[in-house]
Amino acid sequence: MSAASPDGAWRPSELELGRRAFRRRQTWRSVLVSALSTLVFAGLLAWAVLGSPGWARVAETFFDPEVAIASLPRIAEGLLLNLQVLVFAAVGVLLVAITLATLRTLRGPVFFPLRAIAAGYTDLFRGVPLLIVLYLVGYGVPALEFFPRLPVAVWGTIAIVLVYSAYVAEVFRAGIEAVHPSQRLAARSLGLSHAQTMRRVVLPQAIRKVTPALMNDFVAMQKDVGLISVLGAVDAVRAAQIETAHYFNFTPYVVAGLLFVLLALPMVRLTDWVTARMRRREQIGSIV
Amino acid sequence: MSRAADGAQPPAGAAGEREPVLALSGVRRAYGEHVVLDGVDLEVRAHEVVALIGASGSGKSTLLRTANLLEPIDDGVIRLAGRDISDPRVDADAVRARIGAVFQHYNLFPHLSVLDNVTLASRLVHRTPKAEAERRGQELLASIGLADFARAYPDRLSGGQQQRVAIVRAIATGPELLLLDEVTSALDPELVGEVLALVRSLADGGTTILMATHEMAFARDVADRVVFLDGGRIVEQGPSRQFFAAPREERTRAFLARVLPG
Repeated sequence: MSAASPDGAWRPSELELGRRAFRRRQTWRSVLVSALSTLVFAGLLAWAVLGSPGWARVAETFFDPEVAIASLPRIAEGLLLNLQVLVFAAVGVLLVAITLATLRTLRGPVFFPLRAIAAGYTDLFRGVPLLIVLYLVGYGVPALEFFPRLPVAVWGTIAIVLVYSAYVAEVFRAGIEAVHPSQRLAARSLGLSHAQTMRRVVLPQAIRKVTPALMNDFVAMQKDVGLISVLGAVDAVRAAQIETAHYFNFTPYVVAGLLFVLLALPMVRLTDWVTARMRRREQIGSIV
Repeated sequence: MSRAADGAQPPAGAAGEREPVLALSGVRRAYGEHVVLDGVDLEVRAHEVVALIGASGSGKSTLLRTANLLEPIDDGVIRLAGRDISDPRVDADAVRARIGAVFQHYNLFPHLSVLDNVTLASRLVHRTPKAEAERRGQELLASIGLADFARAYPDRLSGGQQQRVAIVRAIATGPELLLLDEVTSALDPELVGEVLALVRSLADGGTTILMATHEMAFARDVADRVVFLDGGRIVEQGPSRQFFAAPREERTRAFLARVLPG
C-alpha cells in the first residue's frame, strides 16, 4: 500500500498525495472565496456610506484631518490619566474581588455576616449603574468633609473599583465553583485546612479557568475609565469634549475613540491568544 | 498500491453481502516521528465480532477512532460497506451517523436525562419524530432493565449502568457497525459483568462489532476473530479459540503470557 522506499523510510502513496493535493486546493479555494467576499462586502459598505446624501457634511464634522492632528496632543495627554486610573483600578479590583469571592465561600455559621455582606455587596453594585456610583462617590463622599481634598480622578477610581469588583468577584466565584469537588476532598484528605485548600489548590485552578473572562472584564474596564470625565477630571474623553467645543467640530471624539481602541487592541489580542492556548492545552487530540 | 489504485467505487447498495462492512488497507497514522498505525490492513464482515487486543499504546484506540473519522489518517484507505470514507470529499458526519461508538469513560451528556441521551441522535441526526424516538428509547432502556431511570440524569447511575446506557445510545439509530473502545476498563470489577453481558447479547443478535478490549476471556468467548496489534502493526489474527489456544507468533505468546493468569 504505502510503498517503502529503498532506504526503508515511509513515502506517502499516490492516493495520499492525491488527497493532500485535493486538501491544498480546497484551502486555496477557501482563501480565494473569503478574499472575494470580503472585497464585495467592503465595496457595498463603502458605496452605502460614501453615497449617502449627507456624507459630505459628516466627513467634514467628524473626520476633519486638520482638527484631528491639532487636538491629538491634548487628548493623548488626557489618555495618560485614563491609563493611571486603569492601572490602579485593575489592582484594586483584583484585590477586592478575590476577597469578596473568598468570603462567599466561607463555611460555618460564624461567618454568616461576612457571607451576607459579600453577597449583598455584589448584588448592590452589579445593579447600580456605574454612572450613578460615580456621581455618588465623586460628589457625595467628599461632601462628608471627612476625607482631605483629593483629586476627582481618585474618587473616580474608587467608584470603578467598587462596581467592577462586584462583577469580577462573581467571575472568581464561578471559577471556584467550577473546580471539581474531588479536588477539595483530595486536599482536605491530605490534612490541608480550608484556607490552605483554597489558597494552594482551589484558587490556582479557579484563576486558570476564568482567565479569559477576567481579561474580557479588563477590556471592558479600559473604556469605562473614560466615564470619570463626568466628574470633571480632564481625561481623554473630557479633553475631546473641550477640543470639540473649541473647534466646533466632532472630530476630537473620533480621535479619542480611536485612541481607546488602540489601547484595548493589545489586550483583546492577548485574550484571544490565551483562550486559544488554553483550548489547545485542555482539549488535546480533538478534530471534531 | 493495488486496492487504492483501482479507484473503482461500487455504487451504494450494490455492496451487498460480499463487501466487508469495514475494510482498512495500509492505514497509517503518525504523530510527528511516532508512528501509531503502521500500514494496518483489517476487514470486518457483516455480523462479525472482531476483538482488538494489544498493550497500551499499541494503536487499538487510534485504529477505532480512524474508523469513524475521529482521527485523520496519513495514508491508506478506509472503506465502509465498500465506499472509500477516507476521501476528503466524503461527508464525515454522514459516515459517523452510520457507525456507533462507545468510549471507555461512557461520555454520557450530564445535562440530558438518560432517555434524552439515548434519543438525541435519532431526533437530531435521523429526524425521527420525538414520540417515535422516545418509544424506541424506552424499549431499549427496558431491554437493559433501566426503564425506571429514563427521566433520571446520568449522574444518578452506577458506572455499569452508565456504560450500558452509552451502548444503548450508540445502537439506538441502528448503526451498521459498532465500535467499542475498552468499554469495561473504567469499571469496578463487579460491574464489568453486566456490560459484557449486554455486548454479548448484541453480538448474539448479529450486530457487527469491532472492539478494543483487555478482557481476554471475553474476547475468546464472544469474538469470532481476534486481532493482535503491536507497535502499530497487526502481528497476528485468527479465529478466537484457535488464536488463544495456539498463537503462532513469538510476540503474541509473550503478550498473552503477560496478560493471562497462570
